[in-house]
Amino acid sequence: MLRRTTYTVIGVLILCVMLFPVYWMLNASLQPSGNTLTAGFLPLHPTFSGYKRALDEQGGNLVTSMIIAAGTVVLSLAIATPCAYALSQFRSRWVSVGLLAILISQMIPGIVIANALYTAYERIGLLNSIPGLIVANCSSAIPFAILILRSFMLSVPPSLVEAARVDGAGLFRAFVAIVLPISKNSLITAGLFSFLFSWSDFLFALTLTTKGGVRPVTLGIYQYLGTQVQNWNAVMATAVLSAVPAIVLLIAAQKYIAAGAIGGAVK
Amino acid sequence: MAGRAKSRGRRHRGETLTKVLFVLPAVVAMVALFGYPVVKNLLMSLQDYGLKTFFTGVAPFVGLKNYSTVVTDKLFSDAMVNTALFTVGSIAFQFAIGLGLALFFHKKFPLSGLLRSLLLLPWLLPLIVSSATWRSILEQDSGILNRTLMGLHLINDPVPWLNSPSVALIAVIGVNIWIGIPFNVTLLYSGLAEIPDELYEAGQLDGATGWRSFWYITWPNLRAVASVLLMLGVVYTIKVLDIILGLTGGGPANATQTLATQSYEKSFVDFRFGQGAALSNILIAISFVFAIFYLRGTRRAVDE
Repeated sequence: MLRRTTYTVIGVLILCVMLFPVYWMLNASLQPSGNTLTAGFLPLHPTFSGYKRALDEQGGNLVTSMIIAAGTVVLSLAIATPCAYALSQFRSRWVSVGLLAILISQMIPGIVIANALYTAYERIGLLNSIPGLIVANCSSAIPFAILILRSFMLSVPPSLVEAARVDGAGLFRAFVAIVLPISKNSLITAGLFSFLFSWSDFLFALTLTTKGGVRPVTLGIYQYLGTQVQNWNAVMATAVLSAVPAIVLLIAAQKYIAAGAIGGAVK
Repeated sequence: MAGRAKSRGRRHRGETLTKVLFVLPAVVAMVALFGYPVVKNLLMSLQDYGLKTFFTGVAPFVGLKNYSTVVTDKLFSDAMVNTALFTVGSIAFQFAIGLGLALFFHKKFPLSGLLRSLLLLPWLLPLIVSSATWRSILEQDSGILNRTLMGLHLINDPVPWLNSPSVALIAVIGVNIWIGIPFNVTLLYSGLAEIPDELYEAGQLDGATGWRSFWYITWPNLRAVASVLLMLGVVYTIKVLDIILGLTGGGPANATQTLATQSYEKSFVDFRFGQGAALSNILIAISFVFAIFYLRGTRRAVDE
């Protein structure tokens, strides 16, 4: 018994070390002085001036990120879900070809995609646009969503869909009425990851926007870092606000996350 | 009779069409987001594709000139070495620490599951957020790391973590290790969880305990997961950009410049898209060598 408690104590200590930077981000965001030189280990005199500045300067960027991430979730799920179902249930020699293509796609560096999209976007006028960034972010969201959804849909019994089809429903209607509702949890998992990928995107924000109009918050943070940082509390407040989706995701969906990470990485 | 056969045939055709419609959007998306960029990069790497091209629309083919230009650049060999050090250093430590923590959390104790899920947080944070946070921690004069180390009298002068060419790469690798540990723990833990307890019980009868049970039971059974994890690590780490740009911007004096950051700079800072494409194609070629190992490792998982 004592031994097991000792393990818990060691586990908590490991966690404290690993999560110290996250704590420090929160602490620094509440420190009155912008300079971390005087920052203590505890925010004994917390101030929200960093947050006020963050919201004034980066509030619009947070909204932009939110819209882009939501758009990526909708578009990537709309494209990935039927495909995942097909790869899990249809019998065809193309299934293994499709899976191979998805695995290979995950090895292509984002910079390659950015290079090509920049020149194409320049021609068709999608630079500095929200739809342009949504489409680019789908490049990380779609393959991942297909893999997560497929690994779940493999366990959907074909007899359920067949039963609906005997009653006269077409393949598509059976898919919408039966497969989608049972796959709800995996859709949520895939959607949350798509949101997070898009919310965290920095590369496409950096390369596919050239002027101020559309600026996701990741780029906002980078621009804070570009100049000699004077006010760490505003930077760290922005960082905290940008970390909120990850924290919410961790609390709300922790049991799906590990499974999702494994499903997306290995299967 | 004939009519029914005909309608069945029509229904079958309709069915095939519906099935095609299930995958068509994804095929279009994959071609547009991966197929097109790869082909376009191959073409661009053979062209004199620069700022002028955006005005004139002309990008003359120059053969392999872009490749010879980037490879003979004196920065190239530095970037190669940095990429190798960054990748190998990150992965070795992520894996070793991740394995240690996975073994630790595999022991059953109160709160183990909760602590393990909280550990995932660094992996879920946007990379640029982690970079910003670490930059404040690593600041030379006011960062909490130097202040703590000096307070403990472990160092006498502040270490220029991100400002000294000889230290910056180590600092950047350190941050990347921190980011990668949670993912390694999660995958290795799931690998450990799949090893049947009976193996350990049988091993115990044969006297395999402690280190021996690790070498003869745990490690062999973990190898499949480990090989996938290592290859995945290479493929992801080799193209990392956010962390390096956020922490050092490739500096000081190009000490943290990698193939990925160089490719970015060529294309989007110097607007020499042809050279940027050449560098990123070299990056793809390197990942592909590892990808072959990776695919061999995952083939079994896909077949299941």
